[in-house]
Amino acid sequence: MANGSMSRVTRVVPSAGPLLGWLRSRRLASLILLALLGFTLAVEFKSLGTDEDLSAARLEDLVRIQSDLEAREQRLRREIAELEESQRQLATGAQRHAAALEEATRQADELGILAGTLPARGPGLSLTFIAGGTPIGSATILDAVQELRGAGAEAMQISGRGGASVRIVASTYFLGGDDGGLVVDGHVLGAPYTIMVIGDPTTMRTALSIPGGVVESVQGDGGNVIVEEREVVDVTALREPPELEHARPVS
Amino acid sequence: MVPVLALLAGAVLGLFLDPTVPVALQPYLPIAVVAALDAVFGGIRAKLDGVFDDKQFVVSFVGNVLIAALIVYLGDQLGVGAQLSTGVVVVLGVRIFGNAAAIRRRLFRA
Repeated sequence: MANGSMSRVTRVVPSAGPLLGWLRSRRLASLILLALLGFTLAVEFKSLGTDEDLSAARLEDLVRIQSDLEAREQRLRREIAELEESQRQLATGAQRHAAALEEATRQADELGILAGTLPARGPGLSLTFIAGGTPIGSATILDAVQELRGAGAEAMQISGRGGASVRIVASTYFLGGDDGGLVVDGHVLGAPYTIMVIGDPTTMRTALSIPGGVVESVQGDGGNVIVEEREVVDVTALREPPELEHARPVS
Repeated sequence: MVPVLALLAGAVLGLFLDPTVPVALQPYLPIAVVAALDAVFGGIRAKLDGVFDDKQFVVSFVGNVLIAALIVYLGDQLGVGAQLSTGVVVVLGVRIFGNAAAIRRRLFRA
């Protein structure tokens, strides 16, 4: 049959070009089909190779794989729930921590102002003691400080002509120095003295000016106390916190 | 020689282009490939017997592929796609083995 077709081709070729083309195209068609087969085979091999062979797996295997996947999904869901729970706990814990930290910071600020370890600013008074005939004594200054404390002073500092400012805290002491000076916590100050005090100005002014009070007694000695109300008083002098040797906090 | 080269060229093209099989074609392609393999083995046997004809090869190739695809399609529509596919593969496999045996006899006279 092939021989027959071959002889027919050789017989027909010289006279009929289109027939040769047709035969050639049939040859070409079979080659194209073969190429297509190779192409498809290669594609199938590759697609099966990348598909984890799931389509070729047996039913039991598929069932097993599915149950594995379901178990894994459940495990992962549980894990997600646990992680979300711990995240929630951590978030509330962090909130509590932040609140506690804020509270502690506020308390530390307050205590720092009270103990004189932090500078403070606020409304208050500026008192200037001007000596008359007799120098201003340490008792007078102490009286003034006590009066101011009683009137709600929150932070104070005293400064003199010759020395730096000294923060007045609970343990501050006032001594009469040589030649009429004043010793405050070991610092020697010279007159005139200026006390900067933060607190309610009206209350403190009233407390100082009561009959028989500080202002009157200084004026009785021929001196004067200049009381200025100020919107902003800066108490900048600091005091080193004392090293506690014996006392320990109880908690 | 040329047909083998054509086959290899197609395979190389397929490997390098790496196209994805369309979802609609996915059930039919494997059966179509087996059917085409049957046609190819038949062609080789005919070549060895000296009766190879391009027209017959093309017609049997295309016909095999189409009928195989049609059977799979019918099986899918009837709900017996898997069984029918297996049947087609078995029948084509038997034919391929028969052709292979004939080729072997021609080549090795055994």
